[in-house]
Amino acid sequence: MQQIIQFFIRNKTNLLYLLLLFIAVIFTIQSHSYHKSKFINSANFITGGVYNSANNVSIYFNLESQNILLQEENARLNSIYHTPNDTIDNSFINDTVYSGVKYKFTPAQVIKNSYSAKNNVLLINRGKRDSMKQDFGVVTPKGILGIVDQTSTKFATVLSILNTNIKISAQLKNSNHFGSLMWNTKSPQIVQLNEISKIAPVKKGDTIVTSGRSVIFPKGIPIGVIKDYRLDSAENFYTIDVKLFNDMTNIEYVYIIENIDKDEINSLLKPNNE
Amino acid sequence: MNNSVLSYSLQFIVLVLVQVLILNHINFLGHINPYLYVIFILLFPINDKRLTYLLISFVLGLTIDIFSDSGGVHAAAAVSIAFIRPVVLKFCFGSVYDHGTIKFKNVDFGAKIIYFIILVFIHHFILFALETFNIKDIILVIQKTLFSSIFTIILCLVTSILFSKKT
Repeated sequence: MQQIIQFFIRNKTNLLYLLLLFIAVIFTIQSHSYHKSKFINSANFITGGVYNSANNVSIYFNLESQNILLQEENARLNSIYHTPNDTIDNSFINDTVYSGVKYKFTPAQVIKNSYSAKNNVLLINRGKRDSMKQDFGVVTPKGILGIVDQTSTKFATVLSILNTNIKISAQLKNSNHFGSLMWNTKSPQIVQLNEISKIAPVKKGDTIVTSGRSVIFPKGIPIGVIKDYRLDSAENFYTIDVKLFNDMTNIEYVYIIENIDKDEINSLLKPNNE
Repeated sequence: MNNSVLSYSLQFIVLVLVQVLILNHINFLGHINPYLYVIFILLFPINDKRLTYLLISFVLGLTIDIFSDSGGVHAAAAVSIAFIRPVVLKFCFGSVYDHGTIKFKNVDFGAKIIYFIILVFIHHFILFALETFNIKDIILVIQKTLFSSIFTIILCLVTSILFSKKT
């Protein structure tokens, strides 16, 4: 017994190092799996508070470009509003009204943006007290941004589409062939759409939208345009490079989408999965 | 004693804020960021309290991790360089370190640069290897390590020259 204690005392530095390294690696592994980083995230009041006060200053530097973005969105919504119903081209608005699924939009501000790492996480200034929950979708006026991950009272982290842990169901706008959207970490402007069947009519410049097959995003939210495409090694599916509509490096005002019928849909789907 | 604890706490907070609010958003050429906070671990006074030193390095890394939502990669890298620092010190400063009279403000500048280079490289390699977490991308890891290290080393040297107390 005494020898064991002696051993611990003699090697206390090495043992402490191994313990700390072990803890750090556990946190790292957690951060590499979806919705697992419970302890290490920036949605607590200290980090949220620091980023919030820094953002209160930096927000003034890009007011002009954000104003232009909001004005463009207003113009688009105005043109939809003043067009007779049957000629509406934009399914984004159409679907929220007519598809039977109701969505609630909440405005929010991004207070920490990130796009250079492999798993990018954003921080927004809405949290539990604004009834934010895990798996709410986040969009900008131009297209999709990500999915809410962890929430605290006042803040929430968002897994950006520039995150290798995330997969979003997406489809071609002019046909219903769908696949899943992932990121290969190369460029913050380009994401990859995989598993699009070989027979799908793929053309450069075509628009990619969300498919509405998950309960997170409504159908038809714009994502980007096809920049390039190739067949995968088995030659059954296309891998498509999608150029995002969003400039992921300059994001300030976003909307959080809550699917009001989400619990009902999930409870219906659950027995089928098991 | 009390004064130095206060001064190191202040350094800790300032370095964390500078790192997360400014340096993490530089993104030079896409993804190259300097990690200046390692200078705290590099220039921490050398004494016998190795356990405290390891713990402080771990907490510093973890703080950066919490701010940048990166799991535990900074913590692992920081605690590792804190652990191997005595070996590197011995390698770089030799006899000065053996006599236990080493002070960073009056060591040979060349030896100090080599000391910085070795530890920063090790730190960045562990950092990017854990961040990528994929043996296939080892080339990318080495590439990132190389570019970011150069950036970090220059910044560390400039900072240590600018803020060294004149005696």
